[in-house]
Amino acid sequence: MSLLDAGAAAVAKAVRAGDVTAVEVIEEALARLDATEGDLHCFQTVLGDKARREAARVDEAVGEGRDPGPLAGVPIALKDNLCTHGIETTCSSRILEGWRPPYDATVVERLRGAGAVAVGKTNLDEFAMGSSTENSAFGPTHNPWDLSRVPGGSSGGSAAAVAAGVVPLAFGSDTGGSIRQPASLCGVVGIKPTYGVVSRYGLIAFASSLDQIGPFAPTVADAALALEVIGGGDPRDSTCLARPAPRLIEVLGRGVEGLRVGVLEDFVDDVSASCRRAANDAADALAAAGAKVDAVSVPEARLGLPAYYVIAPAEASSNLARYDGVRYGLRVEGPDVEAMNARTRAAGFGREVRRRIMIGTYALSAGYYDAYYGQAQRVRTLVTRAFDAAYERFDVLLSPTTPSEAFELGAKTANPIEMYLSDLCTVSSNLTGQPAISVPYALGDEGLPVGVQVMAPALGEALMVQVAAVLEQAAPAEARGPVPVGGRARGEAADGA
Amino acid sequence: MPEGYETVVGLEVHCELATATKLFCGCPNVFGAEPNTNICPVCLGLPGSLPVLNRRAVELAMRIGTALGCEIRPSVFHRKNYFYPDMPKDYQISQYDEPVNVNGRLELPDGSVVGIERAHIEEDTGKTTHVGATGRIHGASHSLVDYNRAGVPLVETVSAPDIRSAEQARAYVIELRGVLVATGASDGRMEEGSLRVDANISVRPTGSDILGTRCEVKNLNSLRSLVRAIEYEARRQVELLEAGGAVTQETRHWDEDAGVTHPLRSKEEAYDYRYFQEPDLVPLVPDAALLEAATAGEALLPSDRRRRIAEVFAAHGAEASAEQVLTVIELDLDQLVLDAVEVGADARLALARAANEAAARPDDARRLDPRAFADLVKMEHDGKLSATQSKTVLGALLEEGGDPADIAARLGYEALDTAELEAAVDRVIAESPDEWTRYVGGDAKVTGYFVGKVMQATKGRADGKVVSSVLAARRDEAAGR
Repeated sequence: MSLLDAGAAAVAKAVRAGDVTAVEVIEEALARLDATEGDLHCFQTVLGDKARREAARVDEAVGEGRDPGPLAGVPIALKDNLCTHGIETTCSSRILEGWRPPYDATVVERLRGAGAVAVGKTNLDEFAMGSSTENSAFGPTHNPWDLSRVPGGSSGGSAAAVAAGVVPLAFGSDTGGSIRQPASLCGVVGIKPTYGVVSRYGLIAFASSLDQIGPFAPTVADAALALEVIGGGDPRDSTCLARPAPRLIEVLGRGVEGLRVGVLEDFVDDVSASCRRAANDAADALAAAGAKVDAVSVPEARLGLPAYYVIAPAEASSNLARYDGVRYGLRVEGPDVEAMNARTRAAGFGREVRRRIMIGTYALSAGYYDAYYGQAQRVRTLVTRAFDAAYERFDVLLSPTTPSEAFELGAKTANPIEMYLSDLCTVSSNLTGQPAISVPYALGDEGLPVGVQVMAPALGEALMVQVAAVLEQAAPAEARGPVPVGGRARGEAADGA
Repeated sequence: MPEGYETVVGLEVHCELATATKLFCGCPNVFGAEPNTNICPVCLGLPGSLPVLNRRAVELAMRIGTALGCEIRPSVFHRKNYFYPDMPKDYQISQYDEPVNVNGRLELPDGSVVGIERAHIEEDTGKTTHVGATGRIHGASHSLVDYNRAGVPLVETVSAPDIRSAEQARAYVIELRGVLVATGASDGRMEEGSLRVDANISVRPTGSDILGTRCEVKNLNSLRSLVRAIEYEARRQVELLEAGGAVTQETRHWDEDAGVTHPLRSKEEAYDYRYFQEPDLVPLVPDAALLEAATAGEALLPSDRRRRIAEVFAAHGAEASAEQVLTVIELDLDQLVLDAVEVGADARLALARAANEAAARPDDARRLDPRAFADLVKMEHDGKLSATQSKTVLGALLEEGGDPADIAARLGYEALDTAELEAAVDRVIAESPDEWTRYVGGDAKVTGYFVGKVMQATKGRADGKVVSSVLAARRDEAAGR
């Protein structure tokens, strides 16, 4: 087994000990990237030589007896809505094509400070709006388990890169499920932290009150390690909580004895049999491990989706106004400024982005504000109160992450509402600002991975991770990435041939 | 204002706060730098950047609120969404329905009171220059945008529609400017755009208490524009009403050269700003330290300064010219007057010299040593210098400083002693028998003739008033009284 497959912590340990050089690790990641990229299209930008130089600096530090940090030499992938100094950052949109930020996002700084080496920027649904990565202006990403399927979205490139074993760690953003849903569909772990645990500085905003950056990894432990590195207060983000990153590694072996787990039953009719079964099996496993498991209904959770699809587009309509052709990115000339603005935006934004800008603009308009945006905010408050009430009785809640296994490319592109339903189980955590994790738990009826979601009250990351680690132990290994491109069956067939 | 109508004005005054850095980033807040040099990802609104509120700006805003007697409240920021090239994010971060300061008042020197509805914090935009023949957008070949001003902190003070004339509007702006400067919030420079005024103007029949339809007039870059624009706009609206028409609610642009307002956009095409709470900032709940900073070291407001002068003058049994008092306060010379009075200068004369001669060179005057100024006033008051001489010495004092007695001596302004002056008067009387007869006969018009002659004879060293009194004494003697 390659060191890369042993995970981020193992790589860092070996690099810090001098057992392997960061350059060797990065070369292997780049080779894997090269070998899989044609099938998967995970990456928007590949940072070959830059990654090699950074890896060399890590090795230099090791050689001089300095500690490069807890992610020393770990190859990582960054969703292409995270600003990287001097490196093109597109949000997978034509409107930002060629734009090179003059600064690094806080998480990018912290990752580099911990010794991680970015090998590329990953594909996403344009401006993180989507659930399949098919809304990328530069073509979709394919699911490594089955190339005809979507990886989920919007952080599909990052999820697929981890699932294919290109990198042991990748980063995405989650506004309505954009980390957890692709994590579930790709058979990897994905965390959406409590709002304010990770700085959003340098994350190109989709919906500011919902966006949160988080990690993808094959294991709970590596995802937890990554969150420890990127979390913690940041004076450049006023909404970031002034507190240290959560301490997670220390809770991993604690088990679930005596913990109160609520199994959310409100999505039962909305999800596939495989997804339902995975959640039920997970509940049984926790009960077997000593948790007090009980069914719970939070009916307001079902109101999350419509509220989300008003609030997120409303904020997006404002956040995306700045792409006007004046200062950076695409410009399509016109006879006057207004025409230039309009032509630039018409040419630079894809259909889904334009749709959401229009929905959001409408929802905020005079005369409609109260009926739509105002109402959605009231629903948001209701949902938050309902979950807060549930957490008085339970330490964590358990639910399916997604309504289905990975779907075929093109299956939902014609019907936005059906696509939006992919977020049904995940949006509530964004509305409430509470943390949630998706853990691969089973292979579904279609032979594809199915995740389960553990949700926790605000700042309950440690409990959430503690539970997720137990689930991970209980889950069958074949439900989890990395997998050979095309899936194990194809991979094994290839091996056998 | 035409008979039978009343003008109703509410003013929105935008004041750039005198902070070291911008409202949401660390860029310097300075005027006049090379275009696009004081910018960063935040004030350029680059993708991924986030605002962080400047605490000093909040403190200054709260100081303004305190000075205006406002209720200071927890507040939130909103986004005001509209497209404009000099607005980097295409929305402005401002305060909307929950501003930091509400319900204040401003008392003007004439005793009238103007209500303050709110004084809220917002960010400034960049500056667009249209390059081409006219300097205006029409006919321009292209536009240049300077983002140095983008993100500069502003406080917008919104008055109630309590102002009833152009002159009162002017007095309000001067008074508000005094308050803004006194709190340390602003340098008050209208010409550099650090103070900008929009006027909401309507008219109504005298005696009515229903507000008429208003127009908002923009581009008022000076007090003169403000007065002219209000007078013009009120007249325009009355003429409309008199002709049987109605005023349309709209935003109008003041054209300083043509002396008219013309419509910018009507209500139908008005922007829908789609205000919503700024999700990148947390609600502003002032902590104890901030509240204390905002109220500590209470600012000396223009009204306090007027009261202070009145008290000192009353104690000296002197009457202060209201106009001179406003002048010295506006130019920040009131302390000079008070200091001079404190060390024995005549109050009325000190005020007059400060408000007239010193005020012509305010920067020099503010550097004047109060004791030297007091000495000068005393010399004049004691008759050691004539008024003319006193003004000349003051000019030299403003120019170079020093001791007024030395300057007077250098200029040869030895005070005439009484005997010398009387001798000069007598000589002039002897040389002008006809004029003297007329003077004794009660023709006061020839007084100036005699004073002039004496001045000539004494090379200006005589004090005109003393000459007059000697002349009067001689006349009384001649008449045998």
